[in-house]
Amino acid sequence: MTVTPEAVPGGGPKRSVTRRRRPLTFDRASFMVVFLGLPLAVFVIFVVSPFVQALYYSLTDWSGFSSGQNFVGFDNYVKLFHDDIFLKAVRNNILLAIVVPIVTILLALALATLVTIGGSGTGTVRGLRNSGFYRIVSFFPYVIPAIVIGLIWAQVFTPGSGVLDAVLSKIGLHQFENYAWLGDARTAMPASMFVMIWGFVGFYMVLFIAAIRGIDPEVFEAARIDGAGRFRTAVSLTVPLIRDNVQTAYIYLGIAALDAFVYMQALNPGGGPQNSTLVMPQQLFTTAFTKGQFGYSTAMGVILAAVTMLFALVVFTVNALTGGRERKVKERR
Amino acid sequence: MTTTTADRAEPVAASRAPRQRAPEGRGVATTAHLALILWSLLVILPLVWTLLSSFKSTQEVLGNPLSLPGKLRFENYANAWTTAGIGRYFANTVIVVGVALVLVMILGAMCAYVLARFTFPGNRLIYYSMLAGLTFPVFLAIVPLFFVLKNLSLLNTLPGLIVTYVAFALPFTVFFLHSFFKALPGEIYEAAQIDGAGEWRTFFSVMLPMARPGMASVAIFNFLGLWNQFLLPVALNTDSKNYVLSQGMASFASQAGYAVDFGALFAAVVITVAPVLVVYIIFQRQLQVSVTAGGVK
Repeated sequence: MTVTPEAVPGGGPKRSVTRRRRPLTFDRASFMVVFLGLPLAVFVIFVVSPFVQALYYSLTDWSGFSSGQNFVGFDNYVKLFHDDIFLKAVRNNILLAIVVPIVTILLALALATLVTIGGSGTGTVRGLRNSGFYRIVSFFPYVIPAIVIGLIWAQVFTPGSGVLDAVLSKIGLHQFENYAWLGDARTAMPASMFVMIWGFVGFYMVLFIAAIRGIDPEVFEAARIDGAGRFRTAVSLTVPLIRDNVQTAYIYLGIAALDAFVYMQALNPGGGPQNSTLVMPQQLFTTAFTKGQFGYSTAMGVILAAVTMLFALVVFTVNALTGGRERKVKERR
Repeated sequence: MTTTTADRAEPVAASRAPRQRAPEGRGVATTAHLALILWSLLVILPLVWTLLSSFKSTQEVLGNPLSLPGKLRFENYANAWTTAGIGRYFANTVIVVGVALVLVMILGAMCAYVLARFTFPGNRLIYYSMLAGLTFPVFLAIVPLFFVLKNLSLLNTLPGLIVTYVAFALPFTVFFLHSFFKALPGEIYEAAQIDGAGEWRTFFSVMLPMARPGMASVAIFNFLGLWNQFLLPVALNTDSKNYVLSQGMASFASQAGYAVDFGALFAAVVITVAPVLVVYIIFQRQLQVSVTAGGVK
């Protein structure tokens, strides 16, 4: 294995260069073995090999800890498409991947806009004064473990001892006095979505604030002189200019929503009333580690991975299709 | 030139500003403050309620949720720490996250450095498989991973959990540091070589210190990610002696559903959240800079 540092021009005439390129001194050999070999070994054994094995296991009827495992082709996948509970979980995941990112991004954008161009003043567009406090507070949930976020809100939502019902009946909404937000199939999903959004917004708000601050202030100036109001500025100027950040945010949020395992596990470990909050990962986890159906559960994993890739593909495509227009605008400017 | 524009602009601004712009601007600012305060309250109030509840007795928790605790029951914290095992889980988490963090930073930096600064066959392949490892859901790998650890006798052990944490944090670390090492000037590498430093010394004494800002950002993200990790321990570390905080909390909460000590449950939540919040408040500037650096890219 001949290793050439990029910085060294290949085959240079200088003596020092030829000496350095001398193949495999102990220094260089040990360096490459340790620096590349060690991380790669860990990566291949614990990340790559399980992913590859999963593809094979999903084609077997492997169950339990017995050694019997027969190749069954696509039987598991056929079974999955007739598994009503799993299909329900797929639908819930897709619903999450649509609603959670959109609401989170809209909220985060709105708050970021308020912070960056909500300031008072006549001439220039100015950031809101003393907004550091909001940024720090909104970011809090990002550092709280997701499981704890779920547990806190599970307590808040608990009928009787939860603070939400108490507050609602205090302000006169007595029909909520003992309302089980997570126990009613109509509200369990929206309540769970709210918890996830609560956990995500602050992070993306900070991200968007940074992105908006990165826009050339002269652009805002020009819009202001042209008579654009703040709302108009935000909608037709800011959003197109930070479009790439929004796309990245959408993909991250979508992937998080397709997972959602931690939140759902904390809020409704059993999948919620009538499985209304059951998600694929939960079903996969029970199928594998409670029922021991390893072949069947890895097939679920493959579907989950496929949906995730498909989701990212859709976002990229939509952004590429609508993005061409935006690039032209940028060029004209 | 400047004076003429100013002269021309002045009367317009002067005539419009007092009547329209200024009050409108102040109105917007007030509305903005109100909206942001509302959101901040939505973030803070559940946390404050949790803090208050952590001093209540179980009767008080099940009674009026809006009441204040009768007295400050610090015994809830003692109960959570010892009886519920949160102290033990805390120690486990510190060990696992601490060791895994150090290892992944070293291995990740080494791998990123080699991939970014050396050309050899397979370089791109390794880089892209790291990228794929970053995007594929861990759930796909979890069942085979269970058996990989089982065959290595690492299942339900802290070293097993550590090595898994390292493996799954590696792609992100490499991906992020790759661009950092790529951007370092090549002359410095050459200078070190000419001065007689071997590859090892060049990396540890010259290149690694120069990548320090990137290392700090990645370390913060990895710390939070590993500290909050839930799936890997729940699936691969089922011996309650070895529980980490996140799974210990979940199991405590599911027990608390049937009977027990609600005050201690809230106290356990506070014990879990408080250290992270303190660290956050100290490092919040650095952290938000890191988010920005990572996100804008």
